[in-house]
Amino acid sequence: MKRARSVGIGVAVAAVVFAVLPFLGITIPGVFDGPLNSPGTLNLLGLCFVFGALALTYDLVFGYVGLLSFGHALYFATGVYVTAIALTRWHWSLLAALALTAIVSLVLPLVLGAICLRMRDIPFAMVTLAFAQAGSILVMQNPFGLTGGEEGLALGGDTLPAALVGVVNTRNVYWIALVLLIVLYAIAWRAVNSPPGRVWQAIRENERRVNVLGLNPYLYKLGAFVLSAFLASATGVVYLLLQGGANPQVTTADFTLALLVMVVLGGVGTLWGAVLGGVLYEYLDFRLIALSNTSAVKDLPGLLRVPLSEPLFLLGVLFIVLVLFVPGGLGGALRRRFGTALGSTS
Amino acid sequence: MTTIALLLLTGLGLGALYFLIAAGLSLIWGLMRVLNFAHGAFFTVAAYAGWVAANFAGGAPPEVRWLVGVLVAVAAGAVFATLTEVLLIRPLYARHVGQVLVTVGLALATISLVQGGFGSDPQTFALPRWMTATTNVVGAGVPNTRLLVIAVAALVFALLLFFLRRTRFGLIVRAGVENRAMVQALGIDVQRAFTLVFAIGGAAAGLAGMLAATYYGTIDPGRGTSMLIFAFIVVIIGGLGSVTGSAVAAVVVGVVQQFLNFYGAAGVGDFSVVLLLAIVLLIRPGGFSGTTT
Repeated sequence: MKRARSVGIGVAVAAVVFAVLPFLGITIPGVFDGPLNSPGTLNLLGLCFVFGALALTYDLVFGYVGLLSFGHALYFATGVYVTAIALTRWHWSLLAALALTAIVSLVLPLVLGAICLRMRDIPFAMVTLAFAQAGSILVMQNPFGLTGGEEGLALGGDTLPAALVGVVNTRNVYWIALVLLIVLYAIAWRAVNSPPGRVWQAIRENERRVNVLGLNPYLYKLGAFVLSAFLASATGVVYLLLQGGANPQVTTADFTLALLVMVVLGGVGTLWGAVLGGVLYEYLDFRLIALSNTSAVKDLPGLLRVPLSEPLFLLGVLFIVLVLFVPGGLGGALRRRFGTALGSTS
Repeated sequence: MTTIALLLLTGLGLGALYFLIAAGLSLIWGLMRVLNFAHGAFFTVAAYAGWVAANFAGGAPPEVRWLVGVLVAVAAGAVFATLTEVLLIRPLYARHVGQVLVTVGLALATISLVQGGFGSDPQTFALPRWMTATTNVVGAGVPNTRLLVIAVAALVFALLLFFLRRTRFGLIVRAGVENRAMVQALGIDVQRAFTLVFAIGGAAAGLAGMLAATYYGTIDPGRGTSMLIFAFIVVIIGGLGSVTGSAVAAVVVGVVQQFLNFYGAAGVGDFSVVLLLAIVLLIRPGGFSGTTT
């Protein structure tokens, strides 16, 4: 109880600091290019929050139920694309588009999860990957001119309420991203500490035993799958607002693999670890791309320049090193360092 | 009739490529319970190694260059796969998820490295003239590359079956797929079989990389990943751990994909293959065959 309160206070302080950030004109050299309240910095931070939240939803299924899904990008992309299509192609209002997205993001994981969960472990992973690939193919093929194919969809100025459009209003979207992260964290925390959440963790440890105790693991797994997918779609919607459009990159298998890297980077099975991993991944990805364009890297000989200018190479290597030598991720390493104050379910 | 023959042989060619990737995946899974995401990286690295080697042998006749490319690709695939098993998979013994994660990291890192080194644009491939010609099969002009790919894959299938059924190592691999603990209990070093299976799988993936370059006429860094996903589908439909099942499923998937991509809109074939997977899973969760070889 005491631990929960101290963590709660920490989260509240962090939330307030980030909430007032758009009013601070401080420059932190080396960390961000512009002052903290510049649209560029706020956009990057907003994206970091979105990926933190997305990694959190992935950790719900992977870290807490032990389901290694390779199709999580599909549900994120559902949030991005259904909203974008309703707004730009059908000219719906934002509210109507969100309602449709909510319905689709409940039904789709329910149907696909029901099929995929007939398999376990690695075969499950392969099947989820196959469905995600089908989604990716669908988006790329641009059926009925809906998805825009490889070019994606750009949200025009008149498709959204004025308060969410334009560089000046970046901070509004930034706040939405911050609220998203906080709300999702609260939901996830509530979920994993609820009775079904306990069953999820029991399934992760020993599914057969749960079955013997008279509970049906399939239904619990499906519940976790749908919840996680639905929340992932919500992060997709905020991503769409931040990016001002949908790009097919978010449907690819590589995107799901990046999610996996985020969660493992931060620490599987800890909520704050997943958030940390997501935030850090997005930040590193952005900074490494910026780094590869600096003259210091461009002037290096090819043997050094090529690996250094590929963020995915560096992140992939970092990932391998973490899996081999730091099994708990950064979260696990921090917990070992600072004791149990950072508990597994907080 | 001519269209059907053409589509059938093109689909078989595609299925042949899937089989070469899927066979290794299936054996690795069957024996070690490792989902090898790096298989696409073996494919890609080997294809580029073959391409570089073929370019290196620039003065030689195209047939020789092609053959050099194939040999280098097979060797590169085998070496890369062996190193992966020894350096990355072995330390994580008994941590299955860790093993999958390591291969994921390896796939991401390797493919982005290839992309950084050679660019993401497709590289064209100079083929011997007789390969780019067509052969008349019941009135249809079928590109010789299709026939070549099918023939090579059939040969590999026969060799694999011979290896699994007629050799001592094949016996150990089959027994290991069936019950690994029992094989170990009988005092047989399964570790060596692991490395061997990885090497064979890598060699087959490398061959697939070079043959895909022959089939499409180009290589690009992204192809390995997209082929890997279809190979996963083939492995599941065929039944995990079964080489024969993979062969049958590869043919079905390749032909279905080719026909529907032609008669439906573009992409319908790819999409239907995933649908086929869902149907097979609903009817027979274990795939076509649950048995080995």
